Amino acid sequence: MKTEVALRGNSPGQSGANDGGPPVVSRLLRLRELLGSDKVPVPALAVLGLIVSVMVFVNPSFVTLGNIKAVAEQSAVPAVLAVGLTFVILMGGIDLSLEGTMAAASLATALLVANDRNGMNLGLWVVPIGCLIGAGIGLVAGASVAILRVPSFIVTIGTWQIGLGIGQLLFGSKPPRVQDDHFRGLANGTVLGLHGLIWVAVIVTVLGMVLQNYTRFGRYAYVIGASEETALLSGLPVRHYRAISFVVAGAATGLAAVLATARAGVGDVGIGTGLLLTTIAGVVIGGTFLTGGRGGVLHSVVGVVVIVSISNAMVLGGVSSYIQQAVQGVVVVTAACVTLWRSRERLRVIK
Amino acid sequence: MSAPMLGLSESDQVITSVIELRKVGKSFPGVRALHNVSIEVRPHEVLGLIGENGAGKSTLLKILAGIQRPDSGTFFLRGKRAFLQGVADANRRGVSMVFQEQSLLESVSVAENVLLGNEGPSIRFGLYRWSDLNRRAQKYLDDVGSGLKASSSTHRLSFAKRQMVEVAKALASGERSSDEPVILLDEPTSVLAHEEIQTLFSIVRELRKRASVIFVSHRMEEVLEICDRVYVMRDGAVVGECLPAEVTLDDLFTMMVGKDLSAGYYHELKQEPAQPQSRLEVRGLSSKTFRDVTFSIARGEVVSLMGVQESGREDLGRAIFGALPTTSGSILLDGKAIAPRIPAQAVRNGIGYVPSERKVDGAVLSMSVAENLTLAHPEQISRGALLDPRREKAAVQEWIKTLNVKTPSRHTPMRSLSGGNQQKVLLAKWLIDPDLRLLILDTPTRGLDVGAKADVYALVRDMAARGLAVLLIADTLEEGIAMSHRVLTMKDGRLTGEFESSPGARPSRKDVLERMV
Repeated sequence: MKTEVALRGNSPGQSGANDGGPPVVSRLLRLRELLGSDKVPVPALAVLGLIVSVMVFVNPSFVTLGNIKAVAEQSAVPAVLAVGLTFVILMGGIDLSLEGTMAAASLATALLVANDRNGMNLGLWVVPIGCLIGAGIGLVAGASVAILRVPSFIVTIGTWQIGLGIGQLLFGSKPPRVQDDHFRGLANGTVLGLHGLIWVAVIVTVLGMVLQNYTRFGRYAYVIGASEETALLSGLPVRHYRAISFVVAGAATGLAAVLATARAGVGDVGIGTGLLLTTIAGVVIGGTFLTGGRGGVLHSVVGVVVIVSISNAMVLGGVSSYIQQAVQGVVVVTAACVTLWRSRERLRVIK
Repeated sequence: MSAPMLGLSESDQVITSVIELRKVGKSFPGVRALHNVSIEVRPHEVLGLIGENGAGKSTLLKILAGIQRPDSGTFFLRGKRAFLQGVADANRRGVSMVFQEQSLLESVSVAENVLLGNEGPSIRFGLYRWSDLNRRAQKYLDDVGSGLKASSSTHRLSFAKRQMVEVAKALASGERSSDEPVILLDEPTSVLAHEEIQTLFSIVRELRKRASVIFVSHRMEEVLEICDRVYVMRDGAVVGECLPAEVTLDDLFTMMVGKDLSAGYYHELKQEPAQPQSRLEVRGLSSKTFRDVTFSIARGEVVSLMGVQESGREDLGRAIFGALPTTSGSILLDGKAIAPRIPAQAVRNGIGYVPSERKVDGAVLSMSVAENLTLAHPEQISRGALLDPRREKAAVQEWIKTLNVKTPSRHTPMRSLSGGNQQKVLLAKWLIDPDLRLLILDTPTRGLDVGAKADVYALVRDMAARGLAVLLIADTLEEGIAMSHRVLTMKDGRLTGEFESSPGARPSRKDVLERMV
């Protein structure tokens, strides 16, 4: 989606003003327009650039190949989560259930692949099964929001607990250990020098961008988030798409749980602990508005990389983990203030 | 004027109406919005629909657009009885509407806005084909002469350009059906500047060649200029049908306001001269939407602030009440500088504000009459820090009686009251303060029936006579002129005129209007 800079003017006479210009100029103008159009997460990329340039001076070990890979690896699971969550948030909803959904999907995955607790051995089939479990929990939330019209905020706190409950039920007395090397290789095997985990995250991001830019679901996410009323008045099945957004988020969460399980080698109820904050922080820092309608998949993924980089930089700097957590919180609040700064008004209702 | 002739000759002089409504009625709780409305829309005509606010134009449009269903009467679409099942259904049958509130989405491209809900042919195997989508949208954008590129982003477009995109969108939805579309334009000129209006008119003339257009406005001049035929509405009924060539502005006006318009309606005899002392002084006040506004209101004076939408008049009212930030200038009340940064400060200084959105911003509909009445000034019903039920009861009952509020009891929820009685409660909410000095009224009679309007007018007169200064942002020209001691006009955020006004020496509508547009 390219946009013509000439159209920023109001008078018809201005359009086509850059037709005759030299190609370099028009390309630069087009680049400027692209950067100004919110298709690319410019502010988040700028913050990332800032972190890198500060760290080059403060602690050069941050920019070694090894550490960059480490950041990418740490970002992989929250990035997958963020891609799914982005669609819910674009529509103005929220999904808080991911830690619970991951618990259920992680345990189910570990018990269905070759493990030390039972005789199951479904091999790599557990990957789609994990996604389906996540999608199923997402469907419960989506249906409640769409049909029963309960706010997503409260519904997904409910599904969080449901997922956690299922996970604990499956957990039994001891964690199931994964004994399938193919499955573990999904996360830990290397292709072109990078762990499978990273590749999966890249593929999910690309799929997410296709979903966002080339399907009704993705385009209508922006429409519904910007104005549900307009969407309804245009005859769009708003509830239907809203429900799907939770299913997509759930499926991504299921996949994230599979990856985390493959990486850890055990099914764990606490496998998602702390990821909710990281993911939502990433989405917000990336510039996806919690009020809906703005942002996108790429924004959220870059935001996740930013938040992971900040923690990574603090670890390298020997900052205590308690302070790290506090800093993450400060970053989230700051990012939320910055993105919503322009929409402040005296009579605006903040709840 | 050759286009409609062409259209008529093509249809072989058999004028079958595209849409015909017979004796349509529609009521909402407490309001009869439409009754016995019969209209027809002919092929290739621009049909005008005029009336004051609250005359029923909007309800009629919503019925035509499939947003609301009539309670009674019949709806014929191209000769067949039709029951529209919502907007999407209306679109499929070739009826589409350009909404008064602009409905373009800034977060998606122009092409997506134009073809929203209509992307079908540009999607293959579930994936958007952007080139095809842009190509289809471009056709409609070119058809309306917008000069816009389909792939451009929406958020930087001017109002006028957005309006063009809206029209292109309506055309695109209308042409989903195989029949020629009907395009409804709801007050399309309210946000446009003069040249932009002329551009819109040329688009409408273009549209007429391939569609029927219904043009709704409360500006009579525009309707006479662009329409082939006009229906005049008043109080939920069609009171006249005329051809622009055969009527004058005054004829239309008389039909629009009816015979109720007498000195009695506005209680003009009650108007007392303003007192000499100045009450409000606004000096060089500026904000994002208005600039360098200077005026004053004396005690007992009613000043009407006239202007079209987006002229900045609502924002000026809100800024004086502290609900909008100002960038420079000062506000003096009884000679003392006040700079309300939030409404609470303005309220403490004795300023009251009645917002135009009565049901949204004005009243808390779920709460009782008593609670609404005492909302702004709890100190009037308190003893020390605690609310005193006896004082509350006494105060509320006194005001219910004084303003003749028709309510079963003071505990009745606001929701159950009629619009006029709700508005009385909202006025009492400020009058309860014995130190009230200035009252800002933003279209206080909007949506009220004639009797309730007259009650509000009488009340405003009484309050002014007791020394209150009133800033009236009037709903109609007539109201603003008839109610005022002085009329101020605003255009594009600046004061453009000032007219003295007293019974028997009112400024003419034409003079005031000229300063507004």
